[in-house]
Amino acid sequence: MIRMYLTALGLSAPGLLGWTASHPILTGQQPYQPTALPTFSPRGILSANECRRTTASIKLALQVAQEAVANTPLPVSQLSSVFASSDADLEIIDKICRTLTVPDRPVSPTDFHNSVHNATAGYWTIGTTSDKLSTSLSAREVTFAAGMLEAATLVTVENLPVLLVASDYPAPSLLNEVCGIQVPFATALLLTPEPTAASRASLTLQLTTQQEETRLPQPDLEKLRLSSPAARSLPLLQVLAKNIAGQSILAYLSEQQLVIAVEPSV
Amino acid sequence: MPIHPLQLSAYSLVNALGRGINASWSALQESRSGLRPCDFPDTPLTTWIGRVDGLEEEAITGNLAHFDCRNNRLAQVGLQQDDFQEAVAQARTRYGAARMGVFIGTSTSGVQHTEQIYRQPDPLTGKLPDSFLYRYTQNLFAVTDFVRQYLTLEGPSLTISTACSSSAKVFATAYRYIQAGLCEAAVVGGIDSLCQTTLYGFNALELVSAHPCRPWDSQRDGINIGEAAGFALLEPVHSGYSPPYQGGAGGGKPVHSGHSPPYQGGAGGGKPVHSGHSPPYQGGAGGGKPVHSGYSPPYQGGAGGGKPVHSEYSSPFQGRDGGGKGIALVGYGESNDAYHLSTPHPDGKGAILAMQRALTSAHLAPDQVNYLNLHGTASRANDLAEDKAVVAVFGTQTPCSSTKGWTGHTLGTAGITEAILVSLCLLHNFLPRSLNTNIVDPQLRAQILLDSSEQPLQYATSNSFGFGGNNCSLILGRLT
Repeated sequence: MIRMYLTALGLSAPGLLGWTASHPILTGQQPYQPTALPTFSPRGILSANECRRTTASIKLALQVAQEAVANTPLPVSQLSSVFASSDADLEIIDKICRTLTVPDRPVSPTDFHNSVHNATAGYWTIGTTSDKLSTSLSAREVTFAAGMLEAATLVTVENLPVLLVASDYPAPSLLNEVCGIQVPFATALLLTPEPTAASRASLTLQLTTQQEETRLPQPDLEKLRLSSPAARSLPLLQVLAKNIAGQSILAYLSEQQLVIAVEPSV
Repeated sequence: MPIHPLQLSAYSLVNALGRGINASWSALQESRSGLRPCDFPDTPLTTWIGRVDGLEEEAITGNLAHFDCRNNRLAQVGLQQDDFQEAVAQARTRYGAARMGVFIGTSTSGVQHTEQIYRQPDPLTGKLPDSFLYRYTQNLFAVTDFVRQYLTLEGPSLTISTACSSSAKVFATAYRYIQAGLCEAAVVGGIDSLCQTTLYGFNALELVSAHPCRPWDSQRDGINIGEAAGFALLEPVHSGYSPPYQGGAGGGKPVHSGHSPPYQGGAGGGKPVHSGHSPPYQGGAGGGKPVHSGYSPPYQGGAGGGKPVHSEYSSPFQGRDGGGKGIALVGYGESNDAYHLSTPHPDGKGAILAMQRALTSAHLAPDQVNYLNLHGTASRANDLAEDKAVVAVFGTQTPCSSTKGWTGHTLGTAGITEAILVSLCLLHNFLPRSLNTNIVDPQLRAQILLDSSEQPLQYATSNSFGFGGNNCSLILGRLT
């Protein structure tokens, strides 16, 4: 078992416009209505030049990262980070692959540097001036669980405060038929090795083969949960929004599950 | 505090130098480059590349045929070299499939397959063909999934994709998973294959050279892109290993008094044991500040804090090339430049931090490192920034070279490729020259080796720095 402490969250998806604003929906007090997602400007984090180079996928991830660190006493430049995304920026992949079919293949330098999986991490670390370690990863359908485990090993073995950002953004139509990311979704969790005055809950992680993945009782939220690997975080977010002791079970690899037990801070 | 060393019990390589460890080793000894003028199909660029021959004819067949694409073929060839698969199979019987992690670095996975598919949309509908199996080819986890299934391993797994530091960082991730008790041993690897995305992308950034790349040379003018796969089996060092850095002033005793490692259990019982903790935000390779303020007595510790494990195990794969002596990961350091997406910090700020954190985690002083394998891409800006960083950390006397002149820049595979080349050099007490470096740029001050030589080696550092400002330095050491 691995234990760490949750200080703050960020959330952005159609109809879930921020962590705090989403509480009534996640706790079942209001119905889920997938309204359009307003475009976020990372101007508060990045210079105008860097800002102009960011894509929709990058903006979405930066938005939840910024929300998670907005009201925490931890200095943001001291945070290590984990960016978990099944496919990162599929719009860029699509654009480059199209460009490679035309004469002379005029790949844009900016598109190319944005094509690396850790482009979002690059913008984040530039914007926050964090020279701490940062890891960008994928584990396809179980990317959120893999992100939680990666963050947990950094928190506990290296004794570091870590910002975990999980995000997925759909591909343009042609590519999206095979990629299967249906809805933009991003969430961020700020995690620490020890409880702090700002801690909301402790999270205890354990791998098992004995459990069933947690599904959501509301059909529309359950549909959202299945719409991207990042949205597999929804059962955990629901327990946290309710501020109750409970557990959320995520499917992991090879018929294993990641059990995340939540204990709210008193 | 120092990390517990992880032994590289087995490893394999494939790159432009050929298939298997011996192909790379003999090329290093003979100063034979694997680079050639670009002959990648349908890619008329004036540059040189490091290409692996024969991949076009080696489809993945059988029950893993759905993974077939150049990148996974390259992984398959890598797994077939150097008895690696057999070594993993033996480890699997000891640990169990679910207790062995698989951590793979790649920058572009199978994007080359998607590039090809985009040239052949359905003539009637304009759609991508039904035969396009994106999730098994281009998705970043596809190659890791393939490796897991090829080796029938079921432990924790992920793909790290941080551009050119990817397959260096997998060593650090594997270490942490083992320390946290999530697995007992791990296969780490890197795979990146040639594709037009990187060839035309680096060309658009005006970073590819029309010549064989010349790291640190006054005439250097860019990189050569290469493809490669590399794998290593990592296991906690078993009993009988006496860490070479236990000696020093303290007489060889473990020095963790009052400052135990946070997770001693690890490989033994599978569950981490909480036995105290380090001061927040300082400990380990990733911490902000070096914690060895007293730094006295130096270079002890090592594996002393953990329990001996696997005492019955004597790997037949260990040290075949080196007279019974093996290699271990003894340190790592990770950092970010926080400067620019595709240009290194001009003073090597992030690179300095990565090397310093690696030294801290290895509990080594800079002058104990006998050789430094540079990231050394041969781009004007990269070599200049890395030189400043190396001189700031190691001074101007530590022998350095770049092996990109042999293999090209293998991007996400550079980390593990060079970690394994460094391992061979340690085993053979061989200091490799910086191939294609003729006249060292007078602006650069690191001690660049223009000739290969033999001399006793104990520790070596390998640098890997990537786009996004992502940096990782590894320190490997000889087991004595």
